[in-house]
Amino acid sequence: MITVESLSKSYGAFRAVDDVTFTARPGRVTGFLGPNGAGKSTSMRVMVGLTPPTSGRATVCGRAFADLPNPGREVGVLLDASAQHAGRTGREILTIAQRTMGLPKRRVDEMLDLVSLSSAEADRRVRNYSLGMRQRLGIATALLGDPEVLILDEPANGLDPAGIRWMRDLLRGHADLGATVLLSSHLLHEIEVIADDLVVIGNGRIVAQGTKKELLAAAGTLVRTREVAALSTALSNAGVAHTASAATGGADALRVEAEAELVGTIALQSQVPLLELRAAEGAGLEEMFLELTADDQRDIRTQGAAA
Amino acid sequence: MTTPTISGTDTLPGTTTPTRRPDHPTPTPIPFARIVSVELRKCFNTRAGFWLMASIAIAGVLATTAVLLWAPDSELTFSTFASAIGFPMATILPIIAVLLVTSEWSQRSGLTTFTLVPHRGRAIAAKAVVTVGISIASMLLAMLFGVVGTLGGSALLDIDPVWDATTIDLANILLAQTLGMLVGFMLGVVIRHSAGAIVAYFVFSFVLTGLSELLASTQEWFTDLQPWVDFTYAQSALFNGSLDSEQWAHLGVTSVVWLVLPMILGLWALMRSEVK
Repeated sequence: MITVESLSKSYGAFRAVDDVTFTARPGRVTGFLGPNGAGKSTSMRVMVGLTPPTSGRATVCGRAFADLPNPGREVGVLLDASAQHAGRTGREILTIAQRTMGLPKRRVDEMLDLVSLSSAEADRRVRNYSLGMRQRLGIATALLGDPEVLILDEPANGLDPAGIRWMRDLLRGHADLGATVLLSSHLLHEIEVIADDLVVIGNGRIVAQGTKKELLAAAGTLVRTREVAALSTALSNAGVAHTASAATGGADALRVEAEAELVGTIALQSQVPLLELRAAEGAGLEEMFLELTADDQRDIRTQGAAA
Repeated sequence: MTTPTISGTDTLPGTTTPTRRPDHPTPTPIPFARIVSVELRKCFNTRAGFWLMASIAIAGVLATTAVLLWAPDSELTFSTFASAIGFPMATILPIIAVLLVTSEWSQRSGLTTFTLVPHRGRAIAAKAVVTVGISIASMLLAMLFGVVGTLGGSALLDIDPVWDATTIDLANILLAQTLGMLVGFMLGVVIRHSAGAIVAYFVFSFVLTGLSELLASTQEWFTDLQPWVDFTYAQSALFNGSLDSEQWAHLGVTSVVWLVLPMILGLWALMRSEVK
């Protein structure tokens, strides 16, 4: 269990993390989602005691991280796969962690097997590792102590599709055994397929949180038509809330907060031909996420150029 | 925008979720001795650590050979042989102390170190213990080289072995070696950047000493002041037999100014810093 209460972290006038509160529960994978620079990594560093918070607190397994007697045995942490001594071999890095935690030596080989690093690869220095191999080594370090809580920052970075699939199954398996898994990502689709719960963060603040089911259910219906204005008027006349949607990549879509049947009926009565009518599923979340990302000037320019 | 709270447990089968898996008892705290042994291992299990150790061995063998080949028989004494390995160790080992601290930041391995041992004070204290331990071990190694060299050299050249070091001499040299190692450690703590701290170490040990010598030889007012200001100069007395009370005072004052105060400030900043 991870509990974050009113956590804030400021750098001068800049609030990197602003009043963040959430709980990651045992037996579930909690996705920590947000665009780059949203405050995910800072929040995670505060959780594991590497960064002092400006206010608020975080507990893991019911205690402040620093009060855990042997943190590696209770919390597996992977914050940055590249943060390893480049001059050590992969095996040596695992051995250091194994000795610090006071584990039997065979755990090192077990973990190397688990993350599919061969013996020859394990004896190479990390300097010569690909990002994917570093990521596997980092996951091995995190899982070494058989912890009941996992805190992983962008663990899929650098993994190939098969590797991402492998990691997803691995984390799912851990959660099913009762572990608390918190993983961050800036990719909605990546986290959608594995997470049970979602915490969405933007500009340091939580903008949405809940079970994946709830967040996706809140999305309503997506409708596409060439006569957007006419349909919009008809929906407004019927008192149905709707917004323009960029989910299909064009300007011909609306997201409607009503069942597909009602939308179809309104369209029929107002004689507007539809191109598509379906449950919006991730569309609401996706739009919210795009909005967050769009605050970044670079993305606005790219979108303008593509249009 | 809606922000429903997580109601995850509602959807789980059963009403209670075990917060701890049954086969997982609360672990015992990590003993300090274990952290020390891990930190010791970390000194030498990197490529840099390996080559620094190798360079000491190579320099020691070359110096010992040179002593045997070219030194006059009167110089084939215990202290000559001991310093043949002692000097390279005194120069190179502080770099290991520097890297022991700085690599956690420069190589960013601190992200792992300080999450496995979240009380940074314990990890840093273990590094300090290792630093002092290496000083003592290196002294013993130099003495071993001295004994073997003296016995071997005297047997080889058929002369009497000369044991020209008293216990006080050895204790003083050990103190000097420890101070040198702690300077490396201190620079690592203050600078927390490998390249920067190594440069600082060479400036500290060699450039500053040279400047101080130059100033003392050209400026009369500095000549009397030098022992109170120049840490290396004050330490050099440790290699020349026993110290009088004024020399101890020189050593004490310069140690506080150049070693203890920066170390305290460095540790204070380190404890509050953010590990990224």
